[in-house]
Amino acid sequence: MTTIDPTLVGRSRTARASGAGTRIRLASAAVLGVLLLFAIVGPIVLADPAAQALDRYLEAPSLAEPLGRDEYGRSVLARLAHATRLSLLLAGLCVGTALLVGTSAGILAAWGGGWIDTVLRSVSEVFVALPALLVVLLVAATADGGIWALYVGIALAQWVEYFRVVRARAAVVLGSPAVEAARLLDLGWLHVVRRHLWPGLRPLLVTLASLGMVTSILAMSTLGFVKVGLQPPRAELGLMVTESFPFYDVAPWLCLAPVTVLFVLTICFLGLRRTDVA
Amino acid sequence: MGVLIPAAGPARVARVLAGRALQGLGVAVLVSGLCFLVVQRLPGDIAYRIAAGRYGYDLVDAEAAAGVRAELGLDRPVWQQLLAWLGDLLQLDFGRSLVTHQPVLSEVGYYLTGTLQLAAVALALAVVIGGTIGTAAGLRPASAIDRLTDLWVATVRALPAFLLGLLLILVLSVHLDLLPSAGHGGATSIVLPATTLALGLSGLVARVTRDAVVEVRQSEYVRFARTKGLGERVVLVRHVARNAVSVLVPYLGVQAVVLVEGVVVVEALFSWQGLGHALVHAVFWRDIPVLQATALVLALLVVAVNAVVDLAVLWLDPRPRRQAVTS
Repeated sequence: MTTIDPTLVGRSRTARASGAGTRIRLASAAVLGVLLLFAIVGPIVLADPAAQALDRYLEAPSLAEPLGRDEYGRSVLARLAHATRLSLLLAGLCVGTALLVGTSAGILAAWGGGWIDTVLRSVSEVFVALPALLVVLLVAATADGGIWALYVGIALAQWVEYFRVVRARAAVVLGSPAVEAARLLDLGWLHVVRRHLWPGLRPLLVTLASLGMVTSILAMSTLGFVKVGLQPPRAELGLMVTESFPFYDVAPWLCLAPVTVLFVLTICFLGLRRTDVA
Repeated sequence: MGVLIPAAGPARVARVLAGRALQGLGVAVLVSGLCFLVVQRLPGDIAYRIAAGRYGYDLVDAEAAAGVRAELGLDRPVWQQLLAWLGDLLQLDFGRSLVTHQPVLSEVGYYLTGTLQLAAVALALAVVIGGTIGTAAGLRPASAIDRLTDLWVATVRALPAFLLGLLLILVLSVHLDLLPSAGHGGATSIVLPATTLALGLSGLVARVTRDAVVEVRQSEYVRFARTKGLGERVVLVRHVARNAVSVLVPYLGVQAVVLVEGVVVVEALFSWQGLGHALVHAVFWRDIPVLQATALVLALLVVAVNAVVDLAVLWLDPRPRRQAVTS
């Protein structure tokens, strides 16, 4: 999504005690840690996610195979681990790129002003009106189920969020008396970035990044679901949902496993954002 | 519109429209440029492809391909081809679909009606659902209803449209057998796709309405209305709701992007005959003319919705204009 969800980014609710907010963030971080561990250790420990065993078609969950096997007799747990790793890795890469590009452009626009600001702002105006899914679909059309298309598309759609927020915030910080004093003292731009800009921007960026992770993970699985994202046999959460849906009647756990992971991932990243940031 | 323009001042309206027109132009060039990139990156020599299409695969040789290349100017530098491509766009020359061989413009017109129907019903539903929930929560801050609303907003945000749609299909069509799960037929077929879209949008509507209602209720004019003895219902309808709406409307513009993204997914899921459905199939079939036209129309739809929202905001809340005049 190229526009910021204003209510999710900055809502200051005095009614809620900040203690509850901290607890929610801690719980989210803990669950996310478990999923992260699953995504890192799972693919190493578990069996090959592509190994088929056609005689064990749609096997029900058991102790040895906690999530059962899918229509090709592949281990659902192993596939899930690979899919989770892929989602987290690719989303992290997209968010990192968008954050770097958007933040640098935002600071550049706020610092440089003049024509730099005008050019960057006009470019961002165009991207704001462009739905992320559209960008990703168009980029995905250039390459068959390539990871690169997904990466470029999602990052391209997201940088503008960081740009707009950082530009607005950086302009306020750079115009503050503290920065003016630092300039008069000739402390250099590195000092201004480290001591004034970064502390002012960090909480905003944390919130935006955790929202960006949600958006990226959902975008990936959505594209997989409409079959224009990554292609089978790659294990991907959205693809796993589509593939298992025809077997819902006989093997509902197939469908539930990726849906649960997807839902828990997004809820955790939503819980991680700071609700007290203005 | 007759009331709108004098109330808001023609100069302001013109400025808003000019800004949005510029944005629309930028969006069109970007989308079209991306489509051009798609064509450039297609595997194989495009001149051979076209020659094969014209003369049949058996009769294609290097000479025929060279002829096509010279005729269509495929040997020009890339930037000249891009300019020609954008020139075609300016003349609204979208060509024909590579799959159905119909003129793209007429196809897009058909799909656009489907999308507009779906979007309008979904938006109305979202405002009703979200507005009701948000008002209920805003009237009693920090109550159980308020906390439930919080949960609702977070859940809806975390559920992608395709999962929500699947869930509704499972419950309402598979288990209860109430509604058709897909298609574009009778009046009931719009219910599921529209509800899926509306539920997704209702989260933000509820959140914004709640915050607006809380803020408006603390304002001095609401306290005064109570003091002068107006009933709680009159205060809610006349003072709270009217002012909360002027806060909500700008957010509907923000939602246009989300709406279009939802449209793509929901149409693909429910096979609703709309632009999103056409777009996904165009990507699937590499039908570039349809791909370009549908993506363009969807992107411009966002700009158009935002322009309407801008004008509505000017009409609902003309305060900045007055300030500009007096100061």
